[in-house]
Amino acid sequence: MIVMTDQLLGQWNYYLVIILMMIGFYGVIARGNMVKKIVGLNIFQTSVFMLYISMGKVAEGSAPILTGDPTTVYSNPLPHVLILTAIVVGVSTTAVGYALIIRIQESFGTIEDDDIIAQLDDEEETA
Amino acid sequence: MMQHLPILQVLLPLLASPFAALLRGRDVAWGLTFVTTGLAFLISIALFFQQRAIGETMIYELGNWAAPLGIVYVIDAASALVLPVISGIGFIATLAARQLVAAEIDARDHGLFYAAWLLTIAGMMGQVTTGDAFNIFVFLEISSLSAYALVAMGAGRDRRALPAAFNYLILGTVGATFYVIGLGLLYMLTGTLNLADLAERLPHVEETRAAFTAMAFIALGLFLKMALFPLHFWLVPAYAHAPSAVTALMASTATKVSVYVLIRLIFGVFGVEFPGLADAVGLLVLTLGIAGAFVGTLAAIVETDLKKLFAQSSIAQLGYMAIGIGAMSATGLAAAFLHLFNHALMKGALFLAIGMIAAQAGRATMGTIQGAGKQIPITMTAILFGGLALIGVPLTAGFISKLYLIRALLEQNFWLLAGLTFISSALALAYVWKIIEAAWLQPRPNGAPVLRETASQYIPAWIMVVATLGFGIYATPLVEAAFAAAHVFIPSVAGAN
Repeated sequence: MIVMTDQLLGQWNYYLVIILMMIGFYGVIARGNMVKKIVGLNIFQTSVFMLYISMGKVAEGSAPILTGDPTTVYSNPLPHVLILTAIVVGVSTTAVGYALIIRIQESFGTIEDDDIIAQLDDEEETA
Repeated sequence: MMQHLPILQVLLPLLASPFAALLRGRDVAWGLTFVTTGLAFLISIALFFQQRAIGETMIYELGNWAAPLGIVYVIDAASALVLPVISGIGFIATLAARQLVAAEIDARDHGLFYAAWLLTIAGMMGQVTTGDAFNIFVFLEISSLSAYALVAMGAGRDRRALPAAFNYLILGTVGATFYVIGLGLLYMLTGTLNLADLAERLPHVEETRAAFTAMAFIALGLFLKMALFPLHFWLVPAYAHAPSAVTALMASTATKVSVYVLIRLIFGVFGVEFPGLADAVGLLVLTLGIAGAFVGTLAAIVETDLKKLFAQSSIAQLGYMAIGIGAMSATGLAAAFLHLFNHALMKGALFLAIGMIAAQAGRATMGTIQGAGKQIPITMTAILFGGLALIGVPLTAGFISKLYLIRALLEQNFWLLAGLTFISSALALAYVWKIIEAAWLQPRPNGAPVLRETASQYIPAWIMVVATLGFGIYATPLVEAAFAAAHVFIPSVAGAN
């Protein structure tokens, strides 16, 4: 019993990651509003950032700054650095996404998936 | 200088990109792009022959930091084969872009257009060269983000480009994120991101569920990126509404690079011996591949918009590459490499020729090309040869790749699959015939706009057609290179080819 609780509680970060991941993924798939899709995408990406950052944590480890003391335990800085890159990528993706949404609003007058599809279907019929 | 070639071919387009963005006036930005892609093409050809001459893997250490701490660029038989495809198509598409972009993009945006164009090429070259798994992700996003922008630039003529680019962005990002999740799990298990190092350390943890999950995430993410059926829904609208030059570039390179990365990860890192790989991924890829071949071909048969028609046919052709991968043998992989190479040439030729029609007529549909065989015979003949190569008619490059694909399937005794591959290839005749019939057997309707062709319009497409025929008639060097590429991942067995 203790082992099981230990396993469950000891991996709480993964549960958090998976819950966030699913919330974000649901937002991407189920929402027709494009801004909400991007928000979902951001939550989805953030869950992955957390997956990486939490794996870099070493028990009792300090921030990875050289202290000169050879017995110091450091957390692994590499996942943090990777995620720094991934955050930049995420920000750029969000920026491109919102830029597209602005253009879509300008030319369709809506940012709802269904309305856009309906407009395009009408166009096909008249064409 | 010579030892820096592996990095130069990525750096040149990357560095030229901001300059292109600053340049005004359509020919200046184009000229810079033309020279840069030309140089990248020359470098990748030089690398190909250098690698063939040495016969072993060339490693370039960035900033002299040795692997696994530093990032290395790897030129082996596989990357040396794929690099000239990307830079070559990039170069010839740039050659054609001068007219296509002038016709389709607002003159004020040309600098930005070529900036994104160069970035997407740099990103693809990087993905193929790098030996670091996280580096692949970064290059993947560089090429994808600029590709979203390029697709959206079709909005000047066709506003449907905008939702197409948006959906492409959403699915592309989901795919790339899946890849990163898989990578995170691998890093947790092994503590390394270097591909060669990963391959060495993975066997110690290959029985864990985490390793299998990592493989599943990576494969799924790349399936999305390579538009494997049924994850292909972003591809057709994106190709159909993008500017014609972008369609030609992306259709021949973007998905191919993802196929290459999939091969590199699945065979180069996990390896054929990885538990569950042959059953799970192999079987899945085979099934989806053949399903995609039929669905894509059938959808192409009923399509009337030429860009959409050949985009659907791309789904089918990607299915054949997937079948080659799923065969899990050296011959299968060689067939996948051959088809990757040949399909890039055929689709490049087709989309460049169609682009020239679309740039003049606004759209390229069955109606637009009705009776066009007499008006623009040279362009239509290029489309005809491209179509014949897609079917796999002998003397075209398409025949060679289909031949080796079916051979790979027969080696494994997949008789049914070989039969289905043959049938779906033959079905492609239906949509090619539809084009022949419209262009040559029907009269040009009264009042239809007059289509024109000049040498500068059809030469880029014809370069690709000639290459398709050339590699179809004299295939030996290409087949050798493809087998060398396959043997990077699956060592050759004595007596086998």
